Amino acid sequence: MDYIVSINNNQSLPIKDIPEQAYHTFLENNIGMLKDNDNRHCVNYFGLQQESSVKLFCCIADDSIHQIYISSCVVNKGTTLNSFAKHNLNFEKFEREIHENFNIKYTDHPWFKPVRYSENRVNKAETIANYPFYSFDSEELHEVGVGPVHAGIIEPGHFRFICNGEQIMHLEIQLGYQHRGIEQLFLKKKSLLERTILAESIAGDTTVGHTTAFVNLWENLCGYQPDLGLQFTRTLALELERMAMHTADLSAMCTDIAYQLGSSVYGRLRTPIINYFQEWCGNRLAKSLIKPGTTNFPYTNDLANRLNQVFAAYEPDFIEMSTKLFKLPSALSRFERTGVVTLDEVKSIGTVGMAARMSGLNRDIRLSHPHDLYTTINHQPIIKRHGDVYSRAQIRRDEVKQSMGYIRSMIGNIPDFKKHDNPEFKPMPDTFSISLVEGWRGEICHCAITDSKGELILYKIKDSSFHNWLALAQSVRNNEISDFPICNKSFNLSYCGHDL
Amino acid sequence: MLDNLKIIFHQGKQFIPNVKTVEVPGIFRGRPVISTSKIDDQALKSTCPLGAIDINPVSINLGKCNFCGECAFKFPEKIKFTKDYKLASNTPEGLIVKEGIDKPIQLDESLIRPEIRKFFSGSLKLRQVSAAGDNSCELELNASGNVQFDVGRFGIDFVASPRHADGVVITGPISKNMATALQLTYDAIPEPKIIILVGVDAISGGIFANSSALDRTFLDRYKPDLYIPGNPTHPLTFINGVLNLLGK
Repeated sequence: MDYIVSINNNQSLPIKDIPEQAYHTFLENNIGMLKDNDNRHCVNYFGLQQESSVKLFCCIADDSIHQIYISSCVVNKGTTLNSFAKHNLNFEKFEREIHENFNIKYTDHPWFKPVRYSENRVNKAETIANYPFYSFDSEELHEVGVGPVHAGIIEPGHFRFICNGEQIMHLEIQLGYQHRGIEQLFLKKKSLLERTILAESIAGDTTVGHTTAFVNLWENLCGYQPDLGLQFTRTLALELERMAMHTADLSAMCTDIAYQLGSSVYGRLRTPIINYFQEWCGNRLAKSLIKPGTTNFPYTNDLANRLNQVFAAYEPDFIEMSTKLFKLPSALSRFERTGVVTLDEVKSIGTVGMAARMSGLNRDIRLSHPHDLYTTINHQPIIKRHGDVYSRAQIRRDEVKQSMGYIRSMIGNIPDFKKHDNPEFKPMPDTFSISLVEGWRGEICHCAITDSKGELILYKIKDSSFHNWLALAQSVRNNEISDFPICNKSFNLSYCGHDL
Repeated sequence: MLDNLKIIFHQGKQFIPNVKTVEVPGIFRGRPVISTSKIDDQALKSTCPLGAIDINPVSINLGKCNFCGECAFKFPEKIKFTKDYKLASNTPEGLIVKEGIDKPIQLDESLIRPEIRKFFSGSLKLRQVSAAGDNSCELELNASGNVQFDVGRFGIDFVASPRHADGVVITGPISKNMATALQLTYDAIPEPKIIILVGVDAISGGIFANSSALDRTFLDRYKPDLYIPGNPTHPLTFINGVLNLLGK
């Protein structure tokens, strides 16, 4: 029977209501749902350890009807299966993770490359230090290794290029250096404040994105309905974080094409936005702002007036700088047709967020699975077509302006902030819950499962970077190796969000 | 050309003239002050998710503090976070703020190795290693070099190669998967060299302190010269900490 259940974003479901299918049905159903349908993609696919078996959960989002299909399947640990990835490459990394953590083997998976050398992996004999990189036996080609420590203040990861002269033939990215065992810690740390701090630390540059995903999931799992004030806080903070990081990225992209003026101006323009977070909540990256069921920092008219002042100073300088940058021939010659990923490629990889919208693929949780105040905003995603560095720069410029517009209309209509009385949170037993958020990079997905006592037995985090790193590797093929930094910066993917 | 001049003109003066005295905007949570008023000490202690609060006497260890401010919200008569952003010390003990004592956090001058000021007071080049940092302290270290904070004016810079560096700045709780790379980076820095820990995760492990995915043995082998608290560490906290170490 093809029976499958679907839920909305931020909805919970008793585990017993999730259909448990035989593996071949599970495979056929999920692959079939994605076949020739760009409105659907896999938002999460993971395993839950159950004594000697593993229960696999697959979550497919349908953007056109705003639903998420959930199905499951129990398989033995260490068993051998046919892969999803053979039919749809979107699943290749999810299956590598399942292989790494549960030793499930696939007969026809393209490449069992380790995902992150996680602490809970099966094969501890293999370590990140002795990973055998893909290599060529050739006298013409040479290899360039970069990292894990990079030439700047950046997180660690290893990039291994295979080049023909200056031309990149292949880039292999190996991550895992940042692995802190964060999903395991979510189960070990029992207090809500500890878990909130963990969520803030998944990726410090996306504090608001990940913390919003966590609190929305948690409130939902506990049957708590956040009021308008809390929803307002989260939506406003998400859009401010997007503005700040997009501005910082434009600065970094200017740095990588040696355009000093753009680098300095965008760099300093980020400051008033993050300083505003400090005025609001005492922390420049909005740590401690978002909490389940309450906030220590109610929004006021004074704060709204301050933000209008900040924008009044920010906007003309941002527009002036952008007008200059986006018609500067020396900048455009580095941006245009550099690091191209085509529409077919992004569909095949299954990218999300900016890394999808850059190539004409309309993927934006704010539109497709709206939460908080996005249900009231008539959001129109910014879509570009060329999939190059230029498209990624344009998206940032346009989204900054768009977010500023959303924020201005939001703060013209501040909801009442009543006193929140730290509600008692009790998660529902034997329940599955999911939360999707459009962070500034793209889609964030958190999933949780509870046992019969309502204790967490699984917390699964997926940053948008989990999908998008492969798009970076694809983008640099046939580019000069000197263009790697600008390609990398134009994606600006998360290492810790990936490594967890 | 005229466009460029116009843009430059419109920026006005961005740099902070005096990074030691400037006031930070808003409600920054910096050095806490603990009053002597009587409250339920045990309740206060259990408020802290990171075990930074101790009792008899009540104290906060800034090396463990996440600066979430939860204790100050629950016990406003006991704990107040001030806007004092000078939080760095060269000893773990120096990071402990005790009740009834409201004075700036200082370095123990007698413990600063003499070669640090002899060699580095004119120019200090640093290699940054993010060892499972969450990219928040990394963003703030980058910001330290922007046109506003401009740490470069003091001869302090981040460099690309450890061979060009005088020391290492570590962020993050140090994962097992980064332990080797951190050691190799440190080994590649010529003597004399310094170690600076930036942020709660680097100093104590922070929220990750008990994770089995960490390997913090590097800190058993070497003694850091400077501990700079924060989550993330504010650029002014970083800059003032390093300036104090250099005696500038």
